[in-house]
Amino acid sequence: MEESRDSIKDIWGERTPYAGEWPVRVDERTEVEPDKWVQSACVLCSNGCGMDIGVKDGRIVGVRGRSADRVNHGRLGPKGLHGWVANNSKDRLTRPLIRKNGKLAEASWDEAMELIVQKSKELIEKTTGLGIGFYTSGQLFLEEYYTLAVIGKAGIGTPHMDGNTRLCTATAAAALKVSFGSDGQPGSYTDLDTTETILHCGHNIASQQTVLWMRILDRLEGPNPPKLIAIDPRDTFTAEKATIHLAPKVGTNMAVMNGLLNLVIENGGVDQQYVSEHTTGFEELKKIVSKYSPEKVEQISGVPASQLREAGRLLSTTKTLVSTVLQGFYQSMQATAASVQVNNIHLLRGLIGKEGCGIYQMNGQPTAQNTRETGADGDLPAFRNWGNEEHINQLAKLWNVDPIIIPHWAPPTHAMQIWRYAEQGSIKLLWISATNPAVSLPELKRVRKILEQKDLFVVVQDAFMTETAIRADVVLPAALWGEKTGTFTNVDRTVHISHKAVEPPGEARADLDIFLDYARRMGFKDKDGAPLIKWKTAEEVFEGWKECTKGRPCDYTGLSYAKLSQGSGIQWPCNEQYPNGAKHLYTDGVFNTELEYCETYGHDLDTGAAVTKEEYKCKDPHGKAFLKGADYREPHETPDEEYPLMLTTGRVVYHFHTRTKTGRSKELVDAAPDAYVQISGEDASKYGLKEGDMVEVTSRRGKVVEPVRIGNIIPGHVFIPFHYGYWDKPGRSRAANELTITEWDPVSKQPHFKYAAVNLQKAGESNTQKHESISGKISGAIESVKEKLKPEEA
Amino acid sequence: MHIGNYINRVHRSGQDLGKAFRKVAKEHGKEPDVKEMCLLLASWADALVEKLKPFTYKYGETRSKEPDRLMNTLFKKPRKGSMGLLRDLQDLWLMSDEAQVCCIILRQAASGLHDKELIAVCNEIEATAKRQAAWLLTRMKAAATQTLIVA
Repeated sequence: MEESRDSIKDIWGERTPYAGEWPVRVDERTEVEPDKWVQSACVLCSNGCGMDIGVKDGRIVGVRGRSADRVNHGRLGPKGLHGWVANNSKDRLTRPLIRKNGKLAEASWDEAMELIVQKSKELIEKTTGLGIGFYTSGQLFLEEYYTLAVIGKAGIGTPHMDGNTRLCTATAAAALKVSFGSDGQPGSYTDLDTTETILHCGHNIASQQTVLWMRILDRLEGPNPPKLIAIDPRDTFTAEKATIHLAPKVGTNMAVMNGLLNLVIENGGVDQQYVSEHTTGFEELKKIVSKYSPEKVEQISGVPASQLREAGRLLSTTKTLVSTVLQGFYQSMQATAASVQVNNIHLLRGLIGKEGCGIYQMNGQPTAQNTRETGADGDLPAFRNWGNEEHINQLAKLWNVDPIIIPHWAPPTHAMQIWRYAEQGSIKLLWISATNPAVSLPELKRVRKILEQKDLFVVVQDAFMTETAIRADVVLPAALWGEKTGTFTNVDRTVHISHKAVEPPGEARADLDIFLDYARRMGFKDKDGAPLIKWKTAEEVFEGWKECTKGRPCDYTGLSYAKLSQGSGIQWPCNEQYPNGAKHLYTDGVFNTELEYCETYGHDLDTGAAVTKEEYKCKDPHGKAFLKGADYREPHETPDEEYPLMLTTGRVVYHFHTRTKTGRSKELVDAAPDAYVQISGEDASKYGLKEGDMVEVTSRRGKVVEPVRIGNIIPGHVFIPFHYGYWDKPGRSRAANELTITEWDPVSKQPHFKYAAVNLQKAGESNTQKHESISGKISGAIESVKEKLKPEEA
Repeated sequence: MHIGNYINRVHRSGQDLGKAFRKVAKEHGKEPDVKEMCLLLASWADALVEKLKPFTYKYGETRSKEPDRLMNTLFKKPRKGSMGLLRDLQDLWLMSDEAQVCCIILRQAASGLHDKELIAVCNEIEATAKRQAAWLLTRMKAAATQTLIVA
């Protein structure tokens, strides 16, 4: 294997210090010299790094970063450099499977698709489209999502469509809509090249978006480095580099954010002119946050008042600011309300819509932005508003259907409710594509039970036999990235094309082809009797999508496959006004909040109650941004005598999701072979535990057995990475989501993975013996990784 | 003078609303959002009952059984399942409406008496009842289609 750098040993690689233009560094890893390179982008986090796929003899043999790409300037992270080997795995699904007599047996595509079509038609006949639900992903391409959205919304007419994006990025969309009237990240990654200050909120960027972190590390080593504020209960790689690290107790983000806003106001940091000309709601916000003195915040969150003051001073005076938010906020108590406060800091300071000033309500997955844009999740295509009849009419005209078919009587059903309907038996067909809920949803015992319900017909479309697929009634083998063509959009609105480099294995098909085949077999028609879905290729879908976005915030009309295949990714909006894409949104301080343009009429931040069009009309902000506040509320489950510790879950740098891809790379597996439970030194002494000991962690919902890792977390808290399930290691209960709670944010409906009260005790004697070997291996691996990281971390 | 009658109505309708939200939280614990939201909205109702207390001493209370009658009629027996949930949410909506109307009427008296503190409490009760009702309506609208057609 040839590689330009060892990304396992040195995650972020050599520094290229800078200020201004980020230097190029091309990272590459190949097993043999490729015959050709095919343009693509990485799908193993939300960063969207431009990447070429190396092909030899019709097989993927490596990858390299694209030097011209605006996102990564040639760099790739460890997952990108290693994850592609999954395409070549011997255990790929290559034939459709149908459950017969309790067992999955090989079948033809005709048999599998006809069975799904027959079930669909029966259900529609009996109960309309309301008996059918779709649970998709943040991993497919834009063209696949848009096709799925049209099938669901205009073909079947079901509101039950969502993705696992509900688990990772729903709060990003919700927070942007609350403040600015629509989804869409205001900033650009280039803001990091010049900004004075960076605020990371519940976002361990060093592990999640390693290439974006390289950009920050290079700034930190260059002239005039930015100051960093990190809000995270753990001593993460990110926190270790922070100028100020605020470590709040899990579930108390809201108090910290209110405290920071209060300090910005008290310190005179408010840009009065910007606030009066471009925002609404200042006085109400001020009234709320004025209750959060640094001392009160310390009492609630444990963050020392002096530290909060220091962070407040920096945020009050910095001339430029880039903020990033992720799961530490999104998957915790008051997710949307807390994330909105980050937007509020920028609005109060007038630090938005200009160079060096950006807000990234980050996405977790590579194509999550497209799930949201296309309406394959609980949204309508191109950021249209389900409460606005005119927006429904626009879609109906575009698809040539009667508007009544498009479900818009209530907000589209969110994922957690889709699963509840399936549990109750009112959804009888659940079609799961490119995601593994049997490991990724909270409270896994419940999820397994739902999937195994006799009256629920489960279709799973995947490349591997996941923990979910083994419970399906029909399994459809899907092509992976590199085996199909499509586009996707990253956090800073950069659209990339990913060309097909190789054929999928066996009979596996592109997800787009599967959806198109279903639409054809179902015979969906428009109102003139022509096929509802007229596309046959990904490029035709893209052209259809462009039409759908015309005049909307995410305007793609200036893009084409040819243009995207030229060099770098391109940001939307890309249209006549911005032929090369726009770096920043809201440069004129006019936001997408106008009554007939906005994506939402808003919600009550505490309850999620929807605001009606009539109510919104009374206070139409006419393009001003909303400053909305909320009081802190305690998490619903807090430690008690029975469950005295607070669990939080998250990622490790070497894995993505449930490791269906990264778990098939030997190097990534060796670097992070198994789950673990991280506890503080104080708690280790209290419970008599040493590094590598096996412990049972229990919550009200389940139990796992994990080896202990000590340090870098505040006392009273424990952390378990969520990647590890059972496909490669059945037997020991180890998935973090055995313990998590079935609950969600009232506005974004994102589940609360970041807090659950748990107890722990040393695993029983027999358990200890059984797991000795695992424990040894894991602590060894942890140690070796730590060792390797030391020079970088110092 | 009947102000004591309406002080009591507002007081009792607030207490009943809190009780009813808690009851629905308990009956429909398997709907996680319903459970947690009803507990939150119950706590709002309880907090307002506390805020009204000084006025019960100031003006006295004339006890009336009517608000309890509403609670007892609407929440006679536990209702299960998705239809039960829909019916319970609708009844909570009626009770929040009752709380809202009672305090609109009481505020008229408070205005006539130039009692600014009582006016402020009435305003807060009304605003809170509106937020409670808005959540109930949103949740009912989301549940209604599935319940009436499929469940």
